[in-house]
Amino acid sequence: MREISAAMITETVARLCVEANRDLPEDVACALRRAEAEEPFAPAKDLIRLLNKNEQIARTTQMPICQDTGMAIVYAEVGQDVHISGDFEAAIHAGVHRGYVDGLLRKSVVGDPLRRVNTGDNTPAIIHTRLVKGDQIHLTVAPKGFGSENMSRIRMLAPAQGVEGVKEFVLETVRLAGANPCPPMVLGVGIGGDFERVAELAKQALLMPLDQHNDDPYYAALEDELLELVNQTGIGPQGLGGRTTCLGLHIRAGATHIAGLPVAVNVGCHVTRHKTAVL
Amino acid sequence: MRQLTAPLSEEDVLSLRAGEHVLLSGVVYTARDAAHLRMMDCIAQGQPLPIELEGQVIYYAGPTPTPEGKPVGSIGPTTSTRMDASTPTLLAHGLRGMIGKGQRSKEVMRAMQEHPAVYFAAVGGAAALMAACVTSCEVIAWDDLGPESVKRLTLRELPLVVAADAYGQDAFSLGQADYLRSVR
Repeated sequence: MREISAAMITETVARLCVEANRDLPEDVACALRRAEAEEPFAPAKDLIRLLNKNEQIARTTQMPICQDTGMAIVYAEVGQDVHISGDFEAAIHAGVHRGYVDGLLRKSVVGDPLRRVNTGDNTPAIIHTRLVKGDQIHLTVAPKGFGSENMSRIRMLAPAQGVEGVKEFVLETVRLAGANPCPPMVLGVGIGGDFERVAELAKQALLMPLDQHNDDPYYAALEDELLELVNQTGIGPQGLGGRTTCLGLHIRAGATHIAGLPVAVNVGCHVTRHKTAVL
Repeated sequence: MRQLTAPLSEEDVLSLRAGEHVLLSGVVYTARDAAHLRMMDCIAQGQPLPIELEGQVIYYAGPTPTPEGKPVGSIGPTTSTRMDASTPTLLAHGLRGMIGKGQRSKEVMRAMQEHPAVYFAAVGGAAALMAACVTSCEVIAWDDLGPESVKRLTLRELPLVVAADAYGQDAFSLGQADYLRSVR
């Protein structure tokens, strides 16, 4: 049994909130640099150049990359041989409070969806906890902006609609999103599970490194095919036309019911941020 | 690149065409979801607005808190669609320009022709870059809204694209069609 204190969790979450909002993950930064080199449409190339300049300015001035520093989504994989001294979830919320207040991040959370009063410290976080083997805790903070989140969709397809139905739904979602989610976007596609599981799968797909594929060759090929189709839409950076509509697309699939084919698309922007620490 | 200074004149607006890249300097005001709801309440109740709208430009933005020694925090645009419902009313009250990201509704495009106005797209997500184009920031109304309060900004050469002009044209359709033609 290994002891991990709530204070340690708070401190780590606070640090991850700030770092995730200032430093773009290397895979995303690299995809943006490659896009600037490869984009064939001159006005689109100019816009991607500004995105790369923005990333540099954020890093050197320690300013957030985007003003929408997101709602804090926290993934915790807790080893079953860990004992946490203190209140686990309260420790995470306290970390978000400290990170967003001390780190000068924007407070973008309202406590109630209809009465809409800002909580003032970006809490509560959305916490996903999973019990795993071992004696460590893996903490990932993924701040999610809502310009892109608002463009996300879910649909319960019929099994007979199959892979063609999935492709159609993904492309329809991208077309409806258009310029709104700050393209070039990053897409997470969930297939299978049930109503809430498929949305979780889509969100988890956004965390996968852009330079990696699904382990299953069937889904790896589908990822490539869908990415190509999305980049043929012409939407382009900021929706102003061009090839670079999407920097990367990942699929996560899971078991489902004989009567169902749930599909979800979680739309991310070119500032798809996440940072992980191991305790 | 063409230089413009806000507030804008009707002549400025009528000379702009969708797709044009410009650098905007001068004074603009931030307002997003919550401030738009309050402005609509003011108008409905016949109360004065916190800013005289004639000729002004509204930037749909809510910055991060201001770091010490800097004029403003990161400040990129938010999605304009959410402000579409109140925009025709504000245009009728003299609003002449908007800065945001994403497409506008048909109703907004029509109102922009009726009361000549321009809609600029800023580079969504490039918020640190845009902070470097702001020389001053001051809260002028509804401080209780935090990031959504109305702020007066002084800009120096903010890079923008004319996303929709006063003639019903939009740079999204034009740009996407241009690109698709170039690869056909």
